[in-house]
Amino acid sequence: MKMYPLNNKLFTITANMEGWELFSNSLLPMITGAIQATIPLTLISFILGLVVALLTAMMRLSKSSLFRVPAAIYVSAVRGTPLLVQLFIIFYGLPSIGVTIDPFPSAVIAFTLNVGAYASEIIRASILSIPKGQWEAAFTIGMSKGTALRRIILPQAARVSVPPLSNSFISLVKDTSLASLILVAELFRKAQEIAARTYDFLLLYVEAAIIYWVICFILSLVQAALERRLDRFVAK
Amino acid sequence: MFLTIKGLAKSFGDNKVLKGIDVEVEKGQVLSIIGPSGSGKTTLLRCINALEQPDKGIITFDDGFEINFENKVSKQSIQSLRRKSGMVFQSYNLFPHKTALENVTEGPIIVQRRNSKEVKDIAEGLLEKVGLKDKMNLYPHQLSGGQQQRVGIARALAMEPELMLFDEPTSALDPELIGEVLNVMRDLVKEEWTMVFVTHEIQFAADVSDKVIFMDGGYIVEQGTPKEVLKAPKEVRTQQFLQRVLNPS
Ligand SMILES: Nc1ncnc2c1ncn2[C@@H]1O[C@H](COP(=O)(O)OP(=O)(O)OP(=O)(O)O)[C@@H](O)[C@H]1O
Ligand SMILES: [Mg+2]
Repeated sequence: MKMYPLNNKLFTITANMEGWELFSNSLLPMITGAIQATIPLTLISFILGLVVALLTAMMRLSKSSLFRVPAAIYVSAVRGTPLLVQLFIIFYGLPSIGVTIDPFPSAVIAFTLNVGAYASEIIRASILSIPKGQWEAAFTIGMSKGTALRRIILPQAARVSVPPLSNSFISLVKDTSLASLILVAELFRKAQEIAARTYDFLLLYVEAAIIYWVICFILSLVQAALERRLDRFVAK
Repeated sequence: MFLTIKGLAKSFGDNKVLKGIDVEVEKGQVLSIIGPSGSGKTTLLRCINALEQPDKGIITFDDGFEINFENKVSKQSIQSLRRKSGMVFQSYNLFPHKTALENVTEGPIIVQRRNSKEVKDIAEGLLEKVGLKDKMNLYPHQLSGGQQQRVGIARALAMEPELMLFDEPTSALDPELIGEVLNVMRDLVKEEWTMVFVTHEIQFAADVSDKVIFMDGGYIVEQGTPKEVLKAPKEVRTQQFLQRVLNPS
């Protein structure tokens, strides 16, 4: 197992530190964990997840069961199993069949598959929420199904799905803490490592919670601003 | 004859909505379709551009284009059929994420791949014609119902169709906005567009139509000039219907 250094030039934490000193000295390693792992893990998984989600949504809306059934099974399997179990299968399970993947990419795979499944339901519902009249208007100006989808339906569906997708994004930030259990050096793992040394569990875990809260609060402000801007251009 | 429809039939499940409709429209003619709610007027109109696929029937145009819905119909022939007509919807169905101008230019640029500069000029001309040049950069949600419907008309005209289809274009509008839309339609009549209206505006139908069809229960009960059908209907069902619409109480 790889060890992650707690001390480097920038900060030092010793076993006898406590209170405010421990809190402020832990801030930097935890924020570093957030910047180096939590945030990239969230962003990469979310973007890749959206691509998977769009493909899955298209497959589930297809007329052919050749596309529909595999997509439905994928969504059902991901939604029906705990995220932690999925992470463990990928990181601890796959090596027994010779597939060894590092912690960070393992986490990316698990979170991408997760976002892909949940977001595909959101995207599918948003596409279905666009009134039939929009398809018909597109057809009457000569559009094919594909063009209508691309030019008329998806832009509106994207706007409808912004609020639920933002919620997924914020949930994902918090869910990445699970990656600490497959050794990804993200925010919460940093908290665990420091706590293992200083035994000040309450302080360090509350500190981690505060940092998550700040990140999610900022994201919720961004979400509100985004929704205000996009709200207007959807057929009611 | 510009457009000939023969033996058109359409069911939704067990519900036989059109039971053998024959219609003829001449070039430059205005045909109005009236009838009680549920009689199949909208369905008939939607069959003309295959928004509904008929179960049976033959649609023929004077240029030799023909679709027989009893045979398997290809995507291409559906596309060709749609290209013939422009449609104006009761609920406008403008694209909410596009400005009035973009709503009008979308089809010509994206579907017909015409030069976007030229299309823009033409679209501005069309919006001017429907009295909305000053509103062309607004989004649908910034327009009144009457203005949205006029954009809807411009959007259909921009495709340069041979035939314009209107499904109760004014029935979702507040009474004071109906006039502005009917005026635009009067202009189209003057320009001798070939048009098929489904309408509840009996007076308007009487003013502008060359031919009126009264539908009930999936059949054409009576057809003829506005004078014949609206002023001196022969069929009892037509008389009762007109009685009800013209003297509601
Ligand atoms: N997509 C559909 N699926 C199932 N039934 C339909 C569908 N469209 C129309 N119908 C049925 O077909 C019948 C005729 O409908 P249609 O809309 O053509 O009537 P209409 O004459 O236009 O009535 P209105 O004046 O109320 O608009 C109705 O019984 C309606 O319920
Ligand atoms: Mg109708």
